[in-house]
Amino acid sequence: MLAIWQKVKVMDKNENLLVVDNLVKYFKTTFGTVRAVDGISFAVKYGETFGLVGESGSGKSTTGYVIMGIYTPTSGKIIFRGEDISVHAKKRPKHLKKDMAIVFQDPASSLNPTKTVKEIVGLPLKVHGLVKSHEELDKKVASLLEAVELPPEKFMQRRPKDLGGGERQAIAIARAIATNPSFIVLDEPTSALDVSIQAKIIRVLMRLQQELKLSYLFITHDLSLMRNVASRVAIMYLAKIVEFAPTATFFQKPLHPYTQMLLSSVPVLTDEEEKLKPKGITSSGEVPSAINPPPGCRFHTRCPFVTDICKIKEPEFVMTEPDHYVACHLYTK
Amino acid sequence: MLNGVNLRVGEGEKVGLIGESGCGKTTTMKAVLRILASNAIIKGGCVNFKGKDVLKMGDRELAEVRRKHITMIFQDPTAALNPVFKVKDMLSDVIRFSIGSSSEKLTKEKIHEMCLKVLEEVALPDPERVLDSYPFQLSGGMRQRICIAMSLTAARDLLIADEPTTNLDVTIQDQVLRLIKNLVEERKLSVILISHALGAVRGTVDRVYVMYAGNMVEAAETNKLFSEPLHPYTQGLLQSVPKLTGTGFSEGIRGHIPDYVNPPPGCRFHPRCDYAKEVCRKETPPFFDVDGKGHEVACWLYGKR
Repeated sequence: MLAIWQKVKVMDKNENLLVVDNLVKYFKTTFGTVRAVDGISFAVKYGETFGLVGESGSGKSTTGYVIMGIYTPTSGKIIFRGEDISVHAKKRPKHLKKDMAIVFQDPASSLNPTKTVKEIVGLPLKVHGLVKSHEELDKKVASLLEAVELPPEKFMQRRPKDLGGGERQAIAIARAIATNPSFIVLDEPTSALDVSIQAKIIRVLMRLQQELKLSYLFITHDLSLMRNVASRVAIMYLAKIVEFAPTATFFQKPLHPYTQMLLSSVPVLTDEEEKLKPKGITSSGEVPSAINPPPGCRFHTRCPFVTDICKIKEPEFVMTEPDHYVACHLYTK
Repeated sequence: MLNGVNLRVGEGEKVGLIGESGCGKTTTMKAVLRILASNAIIKGGCVNFKGKDVLKMGDRELAEVRRKHITMIFQDPTAALNPVFKVKDMLSDVIRFSIGSSSEKLTKEKIHEMCLKVLEEVALPDPERVLDSYPFQLSGGMRQRICIAMSLTAARDLLIADEPTTNLDVTIQDQVLRLIKNLVEERKLSVILISHALGAVRGTVDRVYVMYAGNMVEAAETNKLFSEPLHPYTQGLLQSVPKLTGTGFSEGIRGHIPDYVNPPPGCRFHPRCDYAKEVCRKETPPFFDVDGKGHEVACWLYGKR
């Protein structure tokens, strides 16, 4: 549940493009119910990059998919431009579907191998009736390819298998911006790419954000990347958000023991970076099962500062300084 | 594919091999163990291990090397472990194969004891349960620990770790890397750590080699390489990595990795290099020792023709 302080701000339609309120997504399996997302709340402001960080299985991608309507939420609300869209994409109004897009992690499997680049990028334009003639389609696709820095005459008729990983991801981005959306979910858009290619793709994304006034929900496990792209970050652990903060503050002063552990594990390249890593905490243990999450604070099984209350009572969010929230008993009085 | 790769590992030395996907890191190491695909052609060169050329060894001698001296940890522990055998079966096979044949006959109890001991060494909780599990019942981090346990039982000289942490989460990666580092130091093993995660290599090894498109382009002590990279490719690569300090992004490196069927002549990096000169297009640069202390770079910027 949102605390009062959050609720007032979060519901402000003029400031927030997307509000996620107490979102829950469970999956029923033969082994039991997997609690993929278990009551998370956040808001994405107009024109910002909101970072969602977590390790595999923390529920960050599920969150992205539920927002896109790929899954129906189990409970909770998703509010986009003031309209409630907490349903499957099929039931959403078309004008809102056009306004949001997603870029998946692996461009090799998110692009249809039998279609040409023109067909792939042109499909959303046709679906939403944004082009009237073949000439118009050609022109629009060419301008989209130019926007992602691919020369159209070279790429229009090629198929995904003839392209490199970076080029494929650029195509996926071109497709995402085809309907001129205002919000894009980026689900690990560069983790399948090499670093030198990653740098290019990120630059394209950042430029497009400026030009088209896009808001991003940037999902990643890479903290160093997050530091450079996001304006605010939320850290997820086992289906829950444990900490929120503006990016700069967060990296200077991570508060939750899990985020400290995460930061201390990041391999770095320079001594300046080494100094930013929290001292006195080393990673240990593994993420427990999402079918049977530990009671109380979900991190207590791995936490070096664990106390009795952590094992019984789930911590609530506390604000330690403006805009910096953490869910940990260490910070409650 | 590979084109004149030189790599040297001293006794007890930890060496890193970095480069982007498709640059030939894994191929190099597979050549060392002679486990390349059957259509691979080794045109020349030698793999010198303790004064003997692995490429010219007979089957028996080679089996001996693989059994007792050199082992490899692969990238994907799920693929490296046989899904239909229990951990216990696989691990005791390794023990029987690498230790059993040389010394006294091993009893079942003795092998079981040794299995438990190695699992404890790789910090696996509840080793009895793990031994009785199939790989799919374990998490990715645990599976990789099993692989490490198996290779450490056999290795007495050299451990080749091929992207051992690529499939793991950062907190688990950190644990696994620390584990490898501690165990090899304890056993005075030499290590070759292959990775494209530059930071992971920096924290683990003494000396680093950088590969690009089947060529070695730079070799230096770890700190030296990360503080003063010389080759234009190494510089571009290091600049492309996002930093925790939040200093933004570089341009990346323009162009992409060349085609191996028809690689560019001369220095293979020249079509992407901002400093390319006439000579770069024609002749392959040899290694130039820049500071006389082993910081070597294969680039015409640092040597005269």
